[in-house]
Amino acid sequence: MNVSGNSPARKLVYWGSHYLMIGAFVVFALFPLYWLLKVSVTPNDILYTEGVRMWPSRTTWENYFFVLTQSNFPHYFLNSVIVAGTTAIVTTMVAAVTGYSFSRFAFRGKMIIVALMLITQMFPLVMLIAPIFKILAPLGLTDSLTGLIIVYTAFNVPFATFLMQSFFDGIPKDLEEAAMIDGNTRFQAFRRIILPLTLPGVAATLGFVFTAAWSELLFALMLVSSESASTFPVGLLSFVSKFSVDFGQMMAAGVLALIPACAFFLLIQRYLVQGLTAGAVKG
Amino acid sequence: MDGGKSVTTAMQAGKLPVERRGVISRRLSGILEPYLYVSPALILIIAVMLMPLVLGLSYAFRDIRILNPFSGGFVGTAHFQTLITDDAFLGALVNTAWWTFGSLLFQFTLGLILALLLNRDFLGRRLVQALVFLPWAVPTFLSGLNWAWMFNPVVGPLPHWFTALGLMETPFNILSDPDLAMWGPIVANIWFGIPFFAITLLAALQSIPKELYEAAAIDGATTRQQFISITLPFLAPTIAITLMLRTIWIANFADLIVVMTNGGPADSTQIVASYIFTQAFRRLDFGYASAIAAVLLVLLLAYALGVIALRRAMTHADS
Repeated sequence: MNVSGNSPARKLVYWGSHYLMIGAFVVFALFPLYWLLKVSVTPNDILYTEGVRMWPSRTTWENYFFVLTQSNFPHYFLNSVIVAGTTAIVTTMVAAVTGYSFSRFAFRGKMIIVALMLITQMFPLVMLIAPIFKILAPLGLTDSLTGLIIVYTAFNVPFATFLMQSFFDGIPKDLEEAAMIDGNTRFQAFRRIILPLTLPGVAATLGFVFTAAWSELLFALMLVSSESASTFPVGLLSFVSKFSVDFGQMMAAGVLALIPACAFFLLIQRYLVQGLTAGAVKG
Repeated sequence: MDGGKSVTTAMQAGKLPVERRGVISRRLSGILEPYLYVSPALILIIAVMLMPLVLGLSYAFRDIRILNPFSGGFVGTAHFQTLITDDAFLGALVNTAWWTFGSLLFQFTLGLILALLLNRDFLGRRLVQALVFLPWAVPTFLSGLNWAWMFNPVVGPLPHWFTALGLMETPFNILSDPDLAMWGPIVANIWFGIPFFAITLLAALQSIPKELYEAAAIDGATTRQQFISITLPFLAPTIAITLMLRTIWIANFADLIVVMTNGGPADSTQIVASYIFTQAFRRLDFGYASAIAAVLLVLLLAYALGVIALRRAMTHADS
């Protein structure tokens, strides 16, 4: 049985079905995104007549042109960039110092804090919607980008901390001990020696938090009511429910919303390729 | 009082030799330093997650409606009594089970198959890996909208394909059919969630020592025997923990449903998480929403504890 398993015919069948199944997964993963792109470049007048064609007979950029110049989407886009960008930077800074202390110090109450952070990953965030609204409203932080940034930062800090901690754990302690003997304080050693070595980890954390904040919908819907503070998900959703007619424009807006997330995905991959240990040896 | 004490300590410290003073202040800052590093995260989590959690639990026993200035009083267990007879809530409970286990079964099975396929070396593997993991990077609101469009007979191909296959008589939108609507968000969730299982299971697969397979092959074990006696036992811990975590996450994951169907038609896709959101967001009834949330929290805790107890019992029986 084992011998026949190595015969050329069986091998051909095995690899044939292997590639066939891989192909099916790739098609399933990419087809919806391809369709989004296809409808976004289809001219309005042939959208319905050529509804199921794989590629339209004519293409146009007018949907993109409309979304970028005639609609509120550039404004939503800017709001989302501000919220997701600030959240990513603040979260990563907070997570870096917390992750560093988890990695390097043994202190009283550490286990309680770690357990607390783990538990926050388990409970349903939907149940915080009403109380957070009640807390933020008197502070004037509903309907504001600042309020969203604070909420998103708190939600993302636990996971980002564990992520950063795992990167710090990969760096030998001798490095900052040597720097401290040379007269640096621990924080200086952390900032000048350790943090630069974890740049790939910092990039991964930034990318992860940015994508999470960029995608968040329910809290953005609940906490923001005005057009001027709407983020991209809220803007796109209200657009859909108000005038569910212009599919070409909505899909063009969808493609635009996809770009930052995919760009960050590629950025993370690029940094993750550089090995952590390689950096530590060089330092 | 406190100030006076610290002044005398400072004076005593002043009399100490310079190097000893350095040692003391360094020690003191050494003790305080970790807390200083942890404090921003701790303050954020307490203020934005723990306080609201406690507050939310107290809301469950109060009458809190945003548009009613006279609300705010304690109502005892009135919300919970309403809940027991609330058909929409009971329906949402059944839908949550449907939604969670329907999504989980396919996400896990397909994710495992994908991880096994990617664990073999083949031409173009790196490119394929980047492509099949891409849905995970797509913002959830966008995957929801995108799948809603795919199911729409006007711009989406799916209803036309179903018709061509004989599954439908004429192309229609399954999202507006109460009997079928739940499959829409489930399919979107499967698409979105396969990469998570594939990534974690692939990492676990790659940590299995190759020598084990070589030794098994020498002993004459077939591929299937190797899979059952080597691969599965090595994957078991990863499978157990990811299945449990994903169950909780999916049960809480209302975004796709809010975007694609908003719980409709006729509450047929309303899960508990989206019902909480609807109560808080549309009716602004924070008290009732919090009562539902408290029940959901208890149910999920019971589920997690049940799974952990089951695992412990099973590992006990093994050894």
